[in-house]
Amino acid sequence: MNERERKSKKMEAEVLLEKVREIEAAKSKPDEELPDKNNTSKILKENRELSAPMSEAETKKILSAKSRRSFLIGGATALVGIFGWRWMPDETKQSILRSTFEFNERVSQVFYRPKRFAPEFSPELAGARVNGGEGLSGDFNVADWRLRVGGLANRMEDLILTLDDIKNLPRVEMTTELKCIEGWSIIVNWAGARFSDFAAKYLPKTRSGNAPDIQNSPEDLMRYVSLVTPDEGYYVGWDLPSILHPQTLLAYEMNGSPLLAEHGAPLRLASPTKYGIKQIKRIGRIEFTDERPRDFWAERGYDWYSGH
Amino acid sequence: MTKQLEKKHSLAIRWLHWISFPLLTIMIWSGLLIYWANAVYGVKIFDYELFHFFPTWFYETLSIPFRLAEGLQLHFFFMWFFTINGIIYVIYLMFSGEWRALLPVPGSFKRAALVTLKDLHIVKKLPAQGKYNDAQRIAYTGVILLGAASVVTGLAIYKPLQLGWLTNLLGGYEWARWEHFWIMILFVLFFVVHVVQVALAGWSNFRSMVTGYEAIDAESKIPESAHNEEQGATI
Repeated sequence: MNERERKSKKMEAEVLLEKVREIEAAKSKPDEELPDKNNTSKILKENRELSAPMSEAETKKILSAKSRRSFLIGGATALVGIFGWRWMPDETKQSILRSTFEFNERVSQVFYRPKRFAPEFSPELAGARVNGGEGLSGDFNVADWRLRVGGLANRMEDLILTLDDIKNLPRVEMTTELKCIEGWSIIVNWAGARFSDFAAKYLPKTRSGNAPDIQNSPEDLMRYVSLVTPDEGYYVGWDLPSILHPQTLLAYEMNGSPLLAEHGAPLRLASPTKYGIKQIKRIGRIEFTDERPRDFWAERGYDWYSGH
Repeated sequence: MTKQLEKKHSLAIRWLHWISFPLLTIMIWSGLLIYWANAVYGVKIFDYELFHFFPTWFYETLSIPFRLAEGLQLHFFFMWFFTINGIIYVIYLMFSGEWRALLPVPGSFKRAALVTLKDLHIVKKLPAQGKYNDAQRIAYTGVILLGAASVVTGLAIYKPLQLGWLTNLLGGYEWARWEHFWIMILFVLFFVVHVVQVALAGWSNFRSMVTGYEAIDAESKIPESAHNEEQGATI
């Protein structure tokens, strides 16, 4: 290697070293000397709106005028809100809240599709929880029990059925999640007859007076179903679409055995389409009706629809 | 000293911000009236429960017990306003361009950690920032996501059959309720930190959420950005 070659090698090394120094220096420079590098306002190009420079006294004047205005408007709005609600008569408040439930019900019905099914579970997951004994008090003998059915087509007086009449309908089993309006849920295995099969056999009246046709013109049928315990201590109302859902059963068995008294023997409603409050135990009478039926918990401030 | 007035919050943002405060309060309050009827959550380490939501004194002080029906009525009335307010807020951010000041950017999480250290008086200097620092960007974007999550989990509990796919996606009905509950807890935590930070930031900052404006030193280099001067907007 001659002298010249050695020199050029040395120079190359120096140039490289200088570059490294530059990079290192850039790295160690504090943020304020590189305003753009880390300033988040630049990354998304946010804008700021600033007034022309002015004296401190001027800003104070403008701000206090703006403050007065804004705090007055804000304060007045807050007071109207608070006292408006406070002084609103209870009946007005109740009627607003009840109409909201009804409004929500109409919204729900717009999106309701009978083809949507609640998930089913393995029967091994099934459990039981007793809650609610309204309508189950008093002397009751299962052997004497009969189901009365009103609002049927071509019939004025109630039809009287036995449990065997229900059991003669196709038997359906399902394991679904029962949801209590209190917030808990439990998986239960049910067996019984589809309410839709019951309604297909014991046809409801129509609104037009024509012969009922569940398949082709369900909208002509009575719009509601009322269900009441034998002692009339508990009563619920259902809209027809929800009660005709294939997962709404007139259940006579729970978790593999006939219903126990506390679960509504001999016949109750079971359905994952509504909260437990709607799944009436110990049904005494069923009526197809065009008037919205009274409902035990709706009369106590709960949502009449209570549908999932 | 020469000052400048800075327009910090537009009229829409101020109204949406202040309306969301009572709405969120009512949603949490009515949610507690509902939760009481099946108060099953707690913080557990293995089988030992450190804290149960909520202790008896809490319910009794606030007279929460036996008001489930009232809770449901309020919850399903105010949910509409809560949701609509949130949707308008997001749409407004999108079209006004104010999302630029609000969304986290690359490096935000790193710098947010520095902001936190500064707030804890461990380091002295704040990283460069725009209208909001990076911790604020994360918090304010996070709380919007929290709002969206509360509506989504709420719907999954409200209509678990018709919106079965959604309930399923969230892990089922019971999980959705659990998630809805913890979102509420996160909202409360956000609220506490937010109020403390606003109190520490002082009156001028607080007033800007009412009037929209804040006076800043004209010489102030914080936050620095070249286009400040170009703007020179008159008010």
